[in-house]
Amino acid sequence: MTYLTSLSVWLIPLLIGFVVLVASFKRVPTYETFVSGAKEGFSMAVSIIPYLVGMLVAIYVFRASGAMDALVGAMAPVLSWVGIPADIVPLALMRPISGTGALGLMTDLTAVHGPDSYIGRLAATLQGSTDTTFYILTVYFGAVGIKKMGDALKVGLLADLVGMIAAVVVVSLVFG
Amino acid sequence: MINMIWAGMLLIGLIYAGVNGTMAEVTESVFTGAKEAVTICIGLISVLTFWLGLMKVAEAAGLLKALAKMVHPLARRLFPEVPKDHPAMGYILSNMTANVFGLGNAATPMGIKAMEELKRLNGGKEEASRSMVTLLALNTACLTLVPTTVISIRMSYGSAAPTDIVSTTILASGCAMLGAICIDRLFYMRRARKERKKK
Repeated sequence: MTYLTSLSVWLIPLLIGFVVLVASFKRVPTYETFVSGAKEGFSMAVSIIPYLVGMLVAIYVFRASGAMDALVGAMAPVLSWVGIPADIVPLALMRPISGTGALGLMTDLTAVHGPDSYIGRLAATLQGSTDTTFYILTVYFGAVGIKKMGDALKVGLLADLVGMIAAVVVVSLVFG
Repeated sequence: MINMIWAGMLLIGLIYAGVNGTMAEVTESVFTGAKEAVTICIGLISVLTFWLGLMKVAEAAGLLKALAKMVHPLARRLFPEVPKDHPAMGYILSNMTANVFGLGNAATPMGIKAMEELKRLNGGKEEASRSMVTLLALNTACLTLVPTTVISIRMSYGSAAPTDIVSTTILASGCAMLGAICIDRLFYMRRARKERKKK
């Protein structure tokens, strides 16, 4: 496992080295090519701003009003009935909406219950195995100007649900 | 649907705040939300600029094409609309690889680039194509090998074995990925059937 962790530290430097080495070998004008590609970065980041402002304001309003907590409170009994602990419900609901919000909740659960508790491990697995669907949707589609999203949101949220159920089942089998 | 969810979150939040007396917090959250969004985008500038530059070098060196060719047999089934050797496939694969190794900030620029190529393949329409939905589904539920952030948080709280959640994360995210592919296919088939009926 430490092997896997150190792999992720080495991966980016290795990738950069490999790309530059192969390109130099093939006589690509590396620096000039880099600059011409990098030029797009600024305008791309700026073009995402309106999409992300719209989405985050809606999410923040929903959360600050207390409606989010009320929703979690209403769903907790149903979910704990199927074996999902009530403590984990806010994290599961926050995960697709806000990356930093979910990270905060996961850190809180780890601090309160201890990293090696059942809840602590479940929170870690849940955090690691799903992603911020709304953010990805907003940023990816916003950057290239996709207005009609088709089934993307439905598919993304259902996939999150599968990930959550899988996390609960796997953690209860391995550590339960 | 996105319009309904967006308006719904805002309206429910505002009404709930009115009933619950949390209007002051909501007013403040409007501005913190907007600020947070801009902060994220400003932070993205550095990452996007660097990775788009490096990806251009990789493309010029023919590495993206080589990568696309290598995994074509598998990727062809997931993204049947993308022709062989097309740069979109190279970007899709770089995006997936970055996701699998938990390099979140490298995955975003490659994902955006892949979306751009897919839009071009789709004739520049403002509508999400089948492959775009598949790519999005794979991004929201992707196999994760090393959840770096999670491990570091567990370490800072004194876990006896901070990495013992790696195996459960691999299993759970693997299930999520398979689920995402199946759900994506189901929705696609439903859509295709509807369109056939229309004709």
